[in-house]
Amino acid sequence: MRRNASTRRAWLSAPLSCSLLFAFACGLIAPALAATQLTGAGSTFDYPFFSKAFYEYSQKHPDVTVNYQSIGSGGGIEQFTNKTVDFGATDVPMNADELKRAGGAVVQVPVALGGVAITYNLPSFHGDLKLTRQAVADIFLGKITKWNDPEISKLNAGANLPSIPIVVVHRSDGSGTSYIFTDFLSNVSKEWKDKVGTGKSVQWPAQSSVGGKGNEGVAGQVRNTPGSIGYTELAYVIENKMTQIQLQNAGGKWVTCSIRSVQAAAATKPEVSAGDFSVVDRKGDESWPISGYSWVVLYQEPSDKARAKMVKDVLEWTVTQGQSIAATLGYVALPANVQATAKKALAQIRL
Amino acid sequence: MIPFDRLEALHARRSVLSDRTFVGAVYCATIVFVGVVLGLFVMLFQGSWPAIKAFGLKFLVTSEWNPVTSHFGALPMIYGTVVSSTIAILLAGFVGIFAAAYLADFAPAFIARPLSFLIELLAAVPSVVFGLWGLFVLAPFLRDSVDPFLQSHFGFLPLFSGPIFGSSLLTAGVVLAIMIVPTVCAISRDVIVAVLGEHREGSLALGATRWETMWRVILPGARSGIFGALVLALGRALGETIATTMVIGNKPAIAASLFEPSYTLASVVANEFTEATTDLYQSALIELGLLLFLVSMVVNGFARVLTWTVLRPSRGR
Repeated sequence: MRRNASTRRAWLSAPLSCSLLFAFACGLIAPALAATQLTGAGSTFDYPFFSKAFYEYSQKHPDVTVNYQSIGSGGGIEQFTNKTVDFGATDVPMNADELKRAGGAVVQVPVALGGVAITYNLPSFHGDLKLTRQAVADIFLGKITKWNDPEISKLNAGANLPSIPIVVVHRSDGSGTSYIFTDFLSNVSKEWKDKVGTGKSVQWPAQSSVGGKGNEGVAGQVRNTPGSIGYTELAYVIENKMTQIQLQNAGGKWVTCSIRSVQAAAATKPEVSAGDFSVVDRKGDESWPISGYSWVVLYQEPSDKARAKMVKDVLEWTVTQGQSIAATLGYVALPANVQATAKKALAQIRL
Repeated sequence: MIPFDRLEALHARRSVLSDRTFVGAVYCATIVFVGVVLGLFVMLFQGSWPAIKAFGLKFLVTSEWNPVTSHFGALPMIYGTVVSSTIAILLAGFVGIFAAAYLADFAPAFIARPLSFLIELLAAVPSVVFGLWGLFVLAPFLRDSVDPFLQSHFGFLPLFSGPIFGSSLLTAGVVLAIMIVPTVCAISRDVIVAVLGEHREGSLALGATRWETMWRVILPGARSGIFGALVLALGRALGETIATTMVIGNKPAIAASLFEPSYTLASVVANEFTEATTDLYQSALIELGLLLFLVSMVVNGFARVLTWTVLRPSRGR
């Protein structure tokens, strides 16, 4: 065979066209057949963020799709422990008991940040309602029961506070939002810590209290009940333009819950970890005191390395570039220093 | 030609075979039902065993529901479930039976037909819709108009005393009543129509008025069927989850007043199961399911006994 120009061209172009053809075929077939489907389960709080983020990721990496089931943190941890999913997601990091049951070293990665705002319904009151952390705790403890209580009027000088009873509205379903809120109350009030404690569901002590299911349940109760006060996720407050209180933070400054103020609080604690995860009541002029992370849990020694690599890549993208999506959905993007912490945690997985 | 006796024998054999197959199939179908009920019971019992071991009978008589300290008592939820369903069945029974009597006998066809259709349509509305409507429309309405009225006229009764909340036992009872009224009404109507016929003609012929006919002849004749309708409706009220959760206020406490928030067994499970992470917590929630199962069984059994004894149509008179 003589090597003339045309054959050389053919030699050169053969791999090229082959690979083109292959790429084309992949493009056609991959989404339907070859895409690996990763599965995750857990927190409902993460769901809107995850579904958007994983969709975007699949657009960029057609070989991977992620199927996330928002069955609740408890279910997520259980499925993760039973190894029926590639990763679990939970609003509160796994505790020692759960880690022991997992039967292997677990890596826990902060993946989403959310703020909790306090909203209220006072028909005759206009302006910004100001409350100290202690006043909030006393209201939820049921110690302050009327809106014109001296403790409140002294903070809102000149405001015309009605003499109607305060109705405390809380989440009736177990939720990470309640966990963050009660974590905050436990931090600012010893009485709350001793009497009630921190949890996704707690025994609400206020005599006059009502539970609503989900953010929409709490928001609905607050909207319907004159004299009520409750807490909901920041995203919900932004979307529904609800009135929220000004809270005095640990630095003595008056702040409202916003993406900025939550991010500021989180940025004061870059070395957040599963063992020390609380970011409530942080110092700093801009810090909103009630916020917290949601976590993804993974095995440190995965049995299927190839799959684990894909999971790691997805999550690495989620905690960095993916965070810009979080901000569009009312979540708070992880501060840069926490993104670095999250990446470091992911690097512990042995592939 | 086949002799007649052989033909008969052939026929007999064939029918024995098909009879047996049929009887077998019927038995199997029944056993499936019994199996499902038993399996459910065993599963619930197994799941709630840790909680039963930890709390024993105290689970039934204490009122503390505290996931943080893992102390669980179900009394407020049992109370809330039974009381909200009682309110519902009282209201729905009253309205449902009277509406059924009207539709079956008094109403002209051009009213009865579309109305019956509407009522059956009401039965098909998903419960979450009732819940939303209850939360946003009924609860504020009751809080602002009905509850203050009840309080000013019957406030001396503990049932209508104290502060008024929109989300309350009463609101839940009313929402449940509206949800189960179609069941009561539709079945009662069918039963009454079935009884009408000759009884009605006879009674009218004897000179009874239409009202006397309905009250003295038709309704007594239909009462076991109507009672069946009430039991069915009560079952739905006891187990209703999402609508109650949205309007009852979800507070595990027993208050004398119907204006106070309360909690039901099904609501707690729906609210807390997804995020219940400790074993004991989960087990306590499953025990609530077991209790709901038992409460439904007891109520149903009680109703059955009542139908057999008190309400059995008197014979030989």
